[in-house]
Amino acid sequence: MTKEEHRIVKGQIMVPYELALGRTWSNFYDYLKEEKIMGKKCRKCERVLVPPRSFCPRCFEDMDEWVEVSQEGVVETWVYVNMPFFAQEIKIPFISAQIRLDGSDTGFIHQIAGIDLSDFDRVRETVKLGGRVKAVWSKEKKGNILDIAYFEPVK
Amino acid sequence: MGKAVAIIGTGQTKHGKRSDVCYPDLVREAVTAALEDAGITLKDIDGVVLGTMPSMMEGISSTHFYFAEAMGALRKPVMKVETCGSTGQSIGHCGFYWVASGMADIVLVVGSEKMSEGDGQATMTTVFDPFFQRTFAAGAPGVFTMQSMEWMYRFKIPEEKGREAAAMISVSNHDNAMDNPYAHIRTRVTMDDVKNSRIITYPVRLLDVCPASDGACAVIFASQEKAKKISMKPAWIKGLAFRGEEFFYGESDKAIWMSATEAAREAYGQAGIRNPLKELDVAEVYNPFTYQEMIFYECFGFCPRGEAPDYVLKGTFKKNGQLPCCPSGGTLCTNPIGATGLIRLAEAVLQVTGKAGARQVEGAKLALSHAMGGVDQFNAVTIVGSKL
Repeated sequence: MTKEEHRIVKGQIMVPYELALGRTWSNFYDYLKEEKIMGKKCRKCERVLVPPRSFCPRCFEDMDEWVEVSQEGVVETWVYVNMPFFAQEIKIPFISAQIRLDGSDTGFIHQIAGIDLSDFDRVRETVKLGGRVKAVWSKEKKGNILDIAYFEPVK
Repeated sequence: MGKAVAIIGTGQTKHGKRSDVCYPDLVREAVTAALEDAGITLKDIDGVVLGTMPSMMEGISSTHFYFAEAMGALRKPVMKVETCGSTGQSIGHCGFYWVASGMADIVLVVGSEKMSEGDGQATMTTVFDPFFQRTFAAGAPGVFTMQSMEWMYRFKIPEEKGREAAAMISVSNHDNAMDNPYAHIRTRVTMDDVKNSRIITYPVRLLDVCPASDGACAVIFASQEKAKKISMKPAWIKGLAFRGEEFFYGESDKAIWMSATEAAREAYGQAGIRNPLKELDVAEVYNPFTYQEMIFYECFGFCPRGEAPDYVLKGTFKKNGQLPCCPSGGTLCTNPIGATGLIRLAEAVLQVTGKAGARQVEGAKLALSHAMGGVDQFNAVTIVGSKL
């Protein structure tokens, strides 16, 4: 044997899951059906968090006050993704972005679309750090994060 | 800090695509090397700590069962610790705690990964929450690129300057890896090679990103009494700290990065370090991405906020610079994730014990090692020195 061949065995494990959203996150998705983006406000530190929480991560207090935040916000950061991997939900290329919705105190992660994504140089001219974007809703609401279809740059 | 703790031995596999061995044999390769380095046998080990990435990385659950024999852990207590990318540092901390508490004299710590056998980015994406952020996650490159963009914007770092400095980091890490017989990627690259390599997640290009490696590392921790009996030249743990922050990305400030900043500050306090740039002789910073390495320099107080590119461009962190960073070639050239943070520690130990071979920083006495884990959530620092 001049060249050693390494034997391998191929395998795949598929496991179905059913994950409970809990009350706060169920309510968030109910509000999305009404085309409202709702956060929760901490009575102690007064921050408004989107996604909402049942408790404030910093104060460890229950959060019970719902607050509607704007459907527009500022792009805090973004990334042009052109890298495929197994079980990726959105086709590449796509843009992930961290958006500070007006009236909230956290960055909200979603995608920027509604523009031609095929040419990166043109994307760079349209999508800007510090630029404003607004939510575009899916017509059919499925009770998941893509009920907001995407955010598009505000002209 | 509990009782004094020494490191008396380290072992690494040759990292890379290791389809020549099954996973347990890879682990044993590192364990055997560490035992040889320390000059002890399995009989001397009181307990074993293992760390790897989440089980779906190689499709085997709870790998401490699979590796118990390869780690020589029969009839010994075994602990498994995992904190994603910072696993290697976390298991080192665990080894320290065990010995510092006085409950064990000698502890074997093992980290490993066999990245070539699974889908690293698919695995990493499952670290994101399932309801809000996972849909938009793009593994490690997606999130680290978002962080780097935010950092450059915050400190008004011109894109060209950031690009130039990141390319220089890639070139010097690749140069350094040429001196490291264990490194995965051992190829010289030029500034133009980096700047013209394929876009992964703009502005991050292929040569700004670490490889997916197979590899294992083992480190042996010992009490002061045992270390003085066994080892001619042990390294000593001078300080260590771990900090975490919010789970949801976007909720904490990643351009400043509290967890990295405070982990370093705490470890410096324990080690009595006031000016890290002057007092540290070498640093093994966890640098899977070139741009991110610069954020760490700022968090660790190696330079003021927003000035890392300037320091990089004047050569501060090169092998012959004021504070050599990653003379091993770093995570950028070798990344078997569960082992990577422990490799940083092992390399720091090799430096302060004068055993780093061609990658030795002359006269190194005090070294920082570090790793980061999760969606930019956890940071861990361990500082080792040549003197107790």
